[in-house]
Amino acid sequence: MEPGAAAAVGTAGAVGAAASAGAPAAAAAAAAGASAAAVSASYCPLPLPLSDGEQQCYSELFARCCCAPATSSSFFSSSSSSSSSSSSSSSSSSSSSSSSSSAGHPQPAAELGRGASLPGPAATAGANQVGDLFRASQLPAETLHQITELCGAKRVGYFGLTQFYVALKLIAAAQSGLPVQVESIKCELPLPQFMALKNDEIRYSNPTELHGMKCQIPYVTMEKNSFKRVDDGEKQQEKMSPIMSPVSSPPSSPSSYQRVPLTYGYGKLRSGMDQMHAAPYETRQHTLQQEGSTSGSHGPKPTRRQTSLIQSLSVEREPQESNSNYPDDPWRITEEQREYYINQFKSLQPDLSSFISGSLAKNFFTKSKLTIPELSYIWELSDVDCDGALTLPEFCAAFHLIVARKNGYPLPESLPQTLQPDYLQTAFLKPKWDCALFDSYSESMPVNQQPRDLNRIEKSSIKEKTDLTAPAQDVNIDDKQALKISSVDEAMPKDLSVDTAAKPGLLPPPPALPPRPLMSQVLHHNTSNDSISQTKLPGQLPGYGDFRLLEQVLLTQIGCVWWNFREQIRKDNDLQTKEQIAEEKDLCQTEQVSEIELHPQLTRTPSQTEESGSPVKKDLPHTQPPSKPIRRKFRPENQVMENQEPSSVSGTSSVPTVPTVKPHASIQKQSSKQKKAIQTAIRKNKEANAVLARLNSELQQQLKEVHQERIALENQLEQLRPVTVL
Amino acid sequence: MAVCIAVIAKENYPLYIRSIPAEQELKFHYTVHTSLDVVDEKVSAMGKALVDQRELYLGLLYPTEDYKVSLLSRLGIPCVKSMFPNQLHRYGYVTNSKVKFVMVVDSSNTALRDNEIRSMFRKLHNSYTDVMCNPFYNPGDRIHSRAFDNMVTSMMVQVC
Repeated sequence: MEPGAAAAVGTAGAVGAAASAGAPAAAAAAAAGASAAAVSASYCPLPLPLSDGEQQCYSELFARCCCAPATSSSFFSSSSSSSSSSSSSSSSSSSSSSSSSSAGHPQPAAELGRGASLPGPAATAGANQVGDLFRASQLPAETLHQITELCGAKRVGYFGLTQFYVALKLIAAAQSGLPVQVESIKCELPLPQFMALKNDEIRYSNPTELHGMKCQIPYVTMEKNSFKRVDDGEKQQEKMSPIMSPVSSPPSSPSSYQRVPLTYGYGKLRSGMDQMHAAPYETRQHTLQQEGSTSGSHGPKPTRRQTSLIQSLSVEREPQESNSNYPDDPWRITEEQREYYINQFKSLQPDLSSFISGSLAKNFFTKSKLTIPELSYIWELSDVDCDGALTLPEFCAAFHLIVARKNGYPLPESLPQTLQPDYLQTAFLKPKWDCALFDSYSESMPVNQQPRDLNRIEKSSIKEKTDLTAPAQDVNIDDKQALKISSVDEAMPKDLSVDTAAKPGLLPPPPALPPRPLMSQVLHHNTSNDSISQTKLPGQLPGYGDFRLLEQVLLTQIGCVWWNFREQIRKDNDLQTKEQIAEEKDLCQTEQVSEIELHPQLTRTPSQTEESGSPVKKDLPHTQPPSKPIRRKFRPENQVMENQEPSSVSGTSSVPTVPTVKPHASIQKQSSKQKKAIQTAIRKNKEANAVLARLNSELQQQLKEVHQERIALENQLEQLRPVTVL
Repeated sequence: MAVCIAVIAKENYPLYIRSIPAEQELKFHYTVHTSLDVVDEKVSAMGKALVDQRELYLGLLYPTEDYKVSLLSRLGIPCVKSMFPNQLHRYGYVTNSKVKFVMVVDSSNTALRDNEIRSMFRKLHNSYTDVMCNPFYNPGDRIHSRAFDNMVTSMMVQVC
C-alpha cells in the first residue's frame, strides 16, 4: 500500500510541489498518515479500505489540520514528498480525503512524512482547519453535521485521525451523491473535492507580512492549489491572512468584547467544527477551542502552537471574513457585523438615531486595548463631521476599523468608501426608513389598482408621520424628510394622473371607503397644520421641527387634492347610481356644482380643522396612537359634510334630470358623463399639480434657508468651542 | 509660503511645530518663541473687554533682523510694516482659549495678502477644533493628528 501510495504521490507531487511546502501541518500529517495506514485501521471504528491516493490525501489533510505553523519551516523545501509520504510513519490515516487537492497533497505529505515530527495517533485536528476544510467541500451544512456525527467526532469530542479520515471519506461519498451513511464509505470512492483558496487577497492585504513569513507562504500556496473557492472568497482570505498576520503582528490580547464581534461574525457557522468560534458565545465547549481562545486572549502563548494557530486563525479569520464581502474589499461590513455593531450602539445609546458622545465612545473603544494614538486616528477617520460624537454609521465604521486593526489590518489613509457614513446610512436606514415609502411611490407609477394606490400612499403618509415622531433630532433625518417630501410631491401628481386613467374602469370602489376617512384625517391634520405652520415657519429656528411642519403642509396639499379627487369620483359615481340617465347638461351642471362644492370644501376644511389643528399638531409629534382619536373626530364631520354635499348636488341635479329620463339614451349618456368626469378629473389634477409644484418650490427655498442658517450656526459653534477646553 | 507653522498652548509650550526646511527648525523654534512675547503683549494690550472671537487674528508681529514681524491688530491700531530685505513674515493668531498659532511666511516670491493669511489661520483653527473634538486627544498633548498634518502640509506646500 505504501509503495503504491508513494507512486501515486510522486506523480501528483510535482503538481503540488509549490503548495506542498506551505503545509507544515500537512507535512506532519502526511508523515503521520502515510505510515499509519495500518495503524489507522485499528482506530477506525469501521474497516475502511483506503486507496493509496486516498490515504495520501487524507493524511496530508489531517496533517494540515493538525499541525502548527512552527513545523512548517522544516518542510519548506519539500519537493519529492512521494516517497516520504509512503514511508511516513504517521498515525492512522483512516479517511482523510481531500481529493481535488490530492495532486498537491501527496507530495508534501510524502515529504513531510520523511523527516517531520509526526503527530502521534492521538493527534487531533484543529477544529478551525477542519471546519474550513469541510466547508470547502461545498456540502450543505446539514450534510456536514451528519458526517461529523457519523465519523464520531462529536462522540469523542475531537477530530482524531480516525474521525478525520472517516469524515473525509464520508465527504467523498456525499460529493459522489451517495447517502451519508457508514455503508457508503466501504466502497471505492473518488477523492473528496475541496475548493482551493486564493492567497491573492492575503498578499493584497498584508504585503508587508509576507516576506517574513516564508514558512507560511508555502502553506498558503498549497492551500491555494488544494482548495478551491468556498462560497465567498473572503473565507479563504481570512484563513490565509491570519496565517500571515499572527506571526508578524500578533494581536494584542483581545478583550472579551473584542472577541465577541469576531466570533459573532461566525455566529452563522453551524457545523461541529464551528465550535471554535463559540468561545464567548456558544456554550458548547470544545476542549481544543477553549485552549485556543484562552491562549489567544493572552497573546501568543508558547504552550501549544496548535492552539495558538487555531486561535489566531479564528481571531484573524472572523474579522477578515466580516471585513470583506468581496476579495478586494476588506472594509465592507457584513450583516452580522452590522447587527452586532448596532447592538453595541444600543447598549451605549438606546436611540439609534442619536449620537454617542465622545467621552462615552472613548471609554468604550479604550476597552479594545488599542493604543491611544491608533484610537485617535480611527476616530479621526470615522468621525466624518468632526462633531465629537458618533452617529450610528460613524460608530459602525469606527468599530469596524478597530476590529480590523485588532486583527492586523493596517489602518487606511482615508476612510474607505464602504465605511462612509452616507453609504452606511443608506444601508442601515433602508429597512427602518420605509424605503417602502419610496418604493410605494415609485411603484404606484405602474398602477395596478387605484384603491391600492390610495391605500398605500395613505398608509405611507401616515407612516411618514410616525417616522417623524420616532427619531430624535438628527439633521440627516431632516434631509431625508425633505427628500421624502419632494418625492411625495413627484409621486402624488403621477398617482393622480394614473388614477384618472384608471378611473373609467372603476365603479365606486368599496375598498376605498376605509382609507378615505384616514385620508381625510390626514387632510384635516394637514390643512390645519398648513395654515398654522405657514405662519410659524418663517419665524422658527431651523430644526427638524420645521421639516415636520413642511411635510405636514405638503401632506395637507396632497390630502386636499386627493380628497377632492375622490370626492369627485364618489360624487360622479353617486350620480350615476342615483340617476341612470343624465343629460350632458345635467352632467355639466353637476360638475359645476361639484366644482363649486369642492372649492368651498377646501376653504371649509381649513376653518373646520384649524381649531382642532393645534391640539392635533401637538399630538402628532408625540405618538401616533394619541393622535388617532383626534383624527377620528373629524371623520363624522367630514362624512357629514360629504353626505351633505352629494345630497345637495344630487338634489340639484336630480330635479332637472327627472323630466328628461329616457332609458334608451342612458348608456350613451353614461359614457359621455364618464368622459366629462374624466375631463373634470384631469383638470382637477392639473390644478393639483400646479399647487404641489408651487408648494415644492416654496419648500425648497425654505430648505435652502434652513441649510444656510445651520451652516452659520455651526460656524459659530466652532468658534466658540475652544473656550471650554482651557 | 508658510515655512513654519506652530501651535502654542496656553502655557506657552508648543503643541505642534512644523517647518519646511528641516535644517532650520531650530531657528524657527527660536523665532516662534520670541514672537510669543509679542503675542502676549498684544493680547494684554487688547484687554479683557475687547477680546472677542472676531479679533483672534493678530497679524504681522514685529520686525526682527531676519524676519519681518509686524503687528496688525483688528482693533484698528495702525500697523507698521517695515520692509526688510529678508521677507519672512510672522503672523499670530490667538484663540479664545489662549491657544496661539504662529505662522512664519516667506513672501519673497509672492506678497501674501492679509486675507490669505486670515484664511490660512481660519483653516488652522478649524483643523485644531477638529483635533480637539477627538475624545482621545487630551488637551495639552502634542498634536499627532494625521488630518492636521495633512492640512498643514497642504498649507505649506501650497503657499510655497
